[in-house]
Amino acid sequence: MSTPLRTDRLETAAAATRWQAQDGLLLAVEDLQVEFRTREGVAKAINGVSFDLHEGETLAILGESGSGKSVTAQAVMGILDSPPGFITGGEVRYCGENLLTMKDEQRRLVRGPEISMVFQDALSSLNPVFPVGWQIGEMFRKHRGMNRSDAQEQAIRLMERVQIPGARQRVKAYPHQFSGGMRQRIMIAMAIALDPAVLIADEPTTALDVTVQAQIMDLLKELQEERRMGLILITHDLGVVADVADKIAVMYAGRIVEHADVYDLYGRPAHPYSKGLLESIPRLDQKGSQLAAIGGLPPNLMRIPAGCSFNPRCRYAQDVCRVDPPALREVGHHRRSACHFAEDVLAGTARTTRTAVDGELVVDPAASDPAATTAPDGSRTPDARTPEQGGAA
Amino acid sequence: MSGDVILEAEGLVKHYPIRAGVLRHTVGHVKAVDGVSFQLFRGETLGIVGESGCGKSTLGRLLMRLEEPTAGTLHFNGVDMYAQQGAAMRRLRRDIQIVFQDPYTSLNPRKTVGDIIGEPFEIHPDAVPKGGRRRRVQELLDLVGLNPEHINRYPHQFSGGQRQRIGIARGVALNPKVLICDEPVSALDVSVQAQVVNLLEKLQDELGLAYVFIAHDLSVVRHISDRVGVMYLGSMVEIGDEEQIYSRPTHPYTQALLSAVPVPDPTLRGTRKQIKLTGDVPSPANPPSGCRFHTRCFKAQEKCTTDIPLLLDRPDGVTAHDSACHFAEPLSVVA
Repeated sequence: MSTPLRTDRLETAAAATRWQAQDGLLLAVEDLQVEFRTREGVAKAINGVSFDLHEGETLAILGESGSGKSVTAQAVMGILDSPPGFITGGEVRYCGENLLTMKDEQRRLVRGPEISMVFQDALSSLNPVFPVGWQIGEMFRKHRGMNRSDAQEQAIRLMERVQIPGARQRVKAYPHQFSGGMRQRIMIAMAIALDPAVLIADEPTTALDVTVQAQIMDLLKELQEERRMGLILITHDLGVVADVADKIAVMYAGRIVEHADVYDLYGRPAHPYSKGLLESIPRLDQKGSQLAAIGGLPPNLMRIPAGCSFNPRCRYAQDVCRVDPPALREVGHHRRSACHFAEDVLAGTARTTRTAVDGELVVDPAASDPAATTAPDGSRTPDARTPEQGGAA
Repeated sequence: MSGDVILEAEGLVKHYPIRAGVLRHTVGHVKAVDGVSFQLFRGETLGIVGESGCGKSTLGRLLMRLEEPTAGTLHFNGVDMYAQQGAAMRRLRRDIQIVFQDPYTSLNPRKTVGDIIGEPFEIHPDAVPKGGRRRRVQELLDLVGLNPEHINRYPHQFSGGQRQRIGIARGVALNPKVLICDEPVSALDVSVQAQVVNLLEKLQDELGLAYVFIAHDLSVVRHISDRVGVMYLGSMVEIGDEEQIYSRPTHPYTQALLSAVPVPDPTLRGTRKQIKLTGDVPSPANPPSGCRFHTRCFKAQEKCTTDIPLLLDRPDGVTAHDSACHFAEPLSVVA
């Protein structure tokens, strides 16, 4: 493709070519810390997250809402709302260079051309008052210095690449004229416009129906293989992860609690939280009896429990877990777990200390109850209560 | 699960007018629900699945009579629901209650939990005598696994899962026979979803409730349902018991839908049969002729574009169940 350059963009283009992955390593995040300073207090959203991403690799970051998975993505992208969000420590190295200490102008040369992102909600991520072709073309106008008609041609080419039917006719249509699946394709077109080396997809299919979800995931996978992109897939859906990921990082309360190859994690989880998650989801191909729910609630990030943050919900928790935060340590080939009893969990010999937890509900002590400041409700177990049917007439 | 029919819908239709111009002429109709019939038995769970826009939520509202139908009848225990007026209708409403999807918007933020769960007793004062209401609300809180001492708290002091429990407590406050659950767990986190699903199952056992469980998550629906109905563009395309729908689906749409659901098991990667549907769901304002699915169907033939297939008992290899396809054939897509 011939890229007409304006003189003031020449430097930009030159800078863009200097990025070179070292031994395939694209992105290295090390001990990342992020906190949100709000009027109510400081929420520690990320507490020391580290991971690597190589060329052509798919890393899934799995977690529930509030686990810090989206904040991690925002910090890597450099789009964290600040204030209230602050990166208080750690490094994000792209091809060896720390993005966090970079000047804004330099960072802009990375954001988009090198690392780009697909957001969950395509409708609110697209600008409703500009045609989609204009929005896709903006990437080429801003970063490549193209004129309008060239940028539009590129936009059409991309829309065709992401399989939007009638791309040439619809290039001037507005976001609301597309269906949810098509809008997500437009988002993907924008994200891959400048041929980035790293693509971060933040819940790309959560708002979509299953049949459309399958189409979008196929498209992402295809594009990744075609361009050898490193893909970070952020999701809470264990099904989607099983289909596409190479490696998985499970996050809980702002930390990675388990990091493993996808087959290992699903086969034999090494952390009680990942184990609990896998056991708690109903499966399409099995008609099970009762679901083994994890009791309690994810913790409030302003009051993360002492010791292991998962201890109030963990069925294997012992005294040491309430005091001593476990480090994420090597527990086997390519796998790490942040649990004092990881080996036992792996071997299936962990001692169950709380049977009440794997029943249905344990209303958690203060730590996990946002309302518990005034009246902590202690630890009520389901067997202590006698469910009554009540005598309404 | 056979036995007495508690709710019977026949030919339910709901069309919403599309108005345009200064004079608000009706220029067409959105056919949200277009001829849906089914029976719900006492104490069972009927799952309703389908993609967004297929009319499953409108169906739920019709069953509650939150919407007046364009056509069709609905019988609750033999009583024609749509013919009832005033006090008789109010009495009927006690027996059919609903739990909404969004636990954040379906609870009034200015009311305490006690007021929210107690509101049904204001409307139906004879349900519980005034002096006993607070105690009854506390019993309900306990029943759904919340601390009865939290009766004076406001919704914002609870998490999503806890709020959904409040919604469920309100739903069962009047001891209904039928509870319509419109996507009750889809707004919740994975680890909390299981808790609420287990709660619903526990309540069903204890209170003998029948559920109409409307959801788009096919795995959750399989888990909780005795029977499952699959909707597409306002009509029911297949209905049968859980085993029939998931193991021996005969309608191509059901097959495609099931094959698209990811299974949380990487060892099955690449081994599962995948039926790829192309395109999007057509507009319900202008549904395709003949079989509504023919525009996306991999089996479509000439006949499908003209003849509407009826929801009839069709063989699925082992037994037979209702399917609306001219070329119904069992195909196992779930590993």
